[in-house]
Amino acid sequence: MTRSLFDMVKDAALAALVAALLALPLLGFRLADSAQGLQLETRLSWVPIAAAIVFAGRLALNLAAPWLAKWKDRAPAGKPKLETAINRRPLYVGLAMAAAALALPLTPWGDRNMLDKGTLVLIYVMLGWGLNIVVGLAGLLVLGYAAFYAVGAYSYAILSQIFGLTFWECLPISGAMAALFGLLVGFPVLRLRGDYLAIVTLGFGEIIRVILLNWASITGGPNGISGIQRPSFFGMPMTASSPGHTTFHEFFDIPFAPTQRIVLLYYVILLLALVTNLVSLRIRRLPIGRAWEALREDEIACRSLGINPTASKLSAFALGTAFAGFAGCFFATRQGFISPESFTFLESAVILAIVVLGGMGSQTGVVLAAVLLVGLPEWFRDLAQYRMIAFGGAMVLIMLWRPKGLLAGRTPTIRLNKGEAA
Amino acid sequence: MSNPALLQVENLTMRFGGLVAINDLTMTARQGEITGIIGPNGAGKTTFFNCVTGFYKPTQGRMTLTPPEGGTWPLQDMQGYRIAKKARVARTFQNIRLFSGMTVLENLLVAQHNKLMKASLFSVAGLLGFKRYRTAEAEAVERARQWLVRIGLEKSADIPAGSLPYGAQRRLEIARAMCTDPVLLCLDEPAAGLNPKESLELNELLLDIRKTNEIGLLLIEHDMSVVMRISDHVVVLDYGARIADGTPDQVRHDPNVIRAYLGAEEDEPLPAVVAQDLGEA
Repeated sequence: MTRSLFDMVKDAALAALVAALLALPLLGFRLADSAQGLQLETRLSWVPIAAAIVFAGRLALNLAAPWLAKWKDRAPAGKPKLETAINRRPLYVGLAMAAAALALPLTPWGDRNMLDKGTLVLIYVMLGWGLNIVVGLAGLLVLGYAAFYAVGAYSYAILSQIFGLTFWECLPISGAMAALFGLLVGFPVLRLRGDYLAIVTLGFGEIIRVILLNWASITGGPNGISGIQRPSFFGMPMTASSPGHTTFHEFFDIPFAPTQRIVLLYYVILLLALVTNLVSLRIRRLPIGRAWEALREDEIACRSLGINPTASKLSAFALGTAFAGFAGCFFATRQGFISPESFTFLESAVILAIVVLGGMGSQTGVVLAAVLLVGLPEWFRDLAQYRMIAFGGAMVLIMLWRPKGLLAGRTPTIRLNKGEAA
Repeated sequence: MSNPALLQVENLTMRFGGLVAINDLTMTARQGEITGIIGPNGAGKTTFFNCVTGFYKPTQGRMTLTPPEGGTWPLQDMQGYRIAKKARVARTFQNIRLFSGMTVLENLLVAQHNKLMKASLFSVAGLLGFKRYRTAEAEAVERARQWLVRIGLEKSADIPAGSLPYGAQRRLEIARAMCTDPVLLCLDEPAAGLNPKESLELNELLLDIRKTNEIGLLLIEHDMSVVMRISDHVVVLDYGARIADGTPDQVRHDPNVIRAYLGAEEDEPLPAVVAQDLGEA
């Protein structure tokens, strides 16, 4: 399907016209704040420039169309190579990634800056894996996941402020509290499906945030809670000196360095994330995991097989939210300060985006998406102004090229004919 | 009539607002027998199934299941999944409901959920990898494998159920229902959409299940070649009421049945062709 040059130019001119029409209000006029108040400024010269850029771009695209089509044909139909490779050897890819993450602090790149960013990415990897149990496996669309993250974070912050409990004591409590909230919300709403469940969980997320904002006597309201205890290493604080305690550097007889605490935090979240991963990989192969996937596929068929849909969904909800609670507890101890600002809807949206972009149910996909969505913006902070554009652009591209997520595809939980790859 | 009763339905009525879908239905299905349920479109056959399997709560009436090992289950008081779990009534669906993204083998393992859940101590033993769970899982896989051999899908065990051909999906759905270890299997139009050869294979599979597993089967079917050939007993529904009940031969010649199917009025004489047909038979 080759078009004549005239057609291409016509098409490009049409695009330029549309661009000019759009550019006139968007670029041609602007409000400027001056001494006399707001004034309308014109910069009409921008309009033809925009039109010219669109014209050139569209023409180039049209001219390149035959090559693009050829290039597209040459790509093998079906899955791209990388995805097939990762899906075929998930164990090796996973082990390699885990080994790389473990070794990072020992490598020359593992400076404080890198470890900070790594810790942040790992928090989102863990949250993504936790939400993946609920959304990817059980197929329950939850839009308020950050609420359970907040429950975990505030559980630790409040318990440590009031009762002086340590991070390690609070870690299981935070998870249990988040799971309890998950059960409380889940029990009445899990009979809802799809969109309705999404809306209710969205509302719940906001309720939690509003409560945190307004219950100032306990949560500190908008000021949040500060001075949250840092984690210790088997009871040894990671400080320069601590009266009455042997500190970490004293015990190992090494000079004190602030990086030690960063490394500890990094390893703690890495451990938590790996536990999340192992549990979700393992549980997927258990009857309850298969029941979750079956419920996602067809709830009516599940009932006809004697599976209790409510109990199964609740267990998925409780497990997924417990991991959010653990992550929240870690977040609180890492930041040392939490406020409702950290648990807005945007947070839930980012976590959900990580799961969806990664490819629902794909553990490796979640890691990739977390690096893309959380890691890259951290490295390109200088370009922070353009972050939202890049974010939106990436979303559009992924939805166009990989509508099922970066690493879509499901590996069977069990095989009968071992060895013969299907 | 030597076989003991398995399912006794007494005065079952199901109303949807003003519509009476099942009207005072009384019938019995026996152990080790195939009970066919036929009737014109909209006669209430699927509604009846939905009542028996707990998807609808009947307006009135009693359904009592008497499994061979003793005890009775009042199905009208049981809800949803409990009928499948406790009373062991399994079913298939008119429009196939497989877990199409999961593999064939996984479909059969999901059917053994309750047994495996118990073995995995509600996932605790499973998470820790206890031997008790691994043995139970191996048994479940072996059971699934035997069923796959029986329905001729052993080679396809690891492909997604949704990519199987239509006839194979029908057979798999029956095998999945059988993997729940039921005492009563309800089949909602299992021959729908099958070609004559597949339909014959289905007949053999159902007869084989009746013989080797000694369970009761309830069968809704439009394909008369299936119903009449394999049913031990046929119940005919029309407008939610039972209009005939008996052996396939008795039912075939029942004037009420012929009227219901051909649409003649109650007091009209039967169409000449039909009357002649009956005379010959």
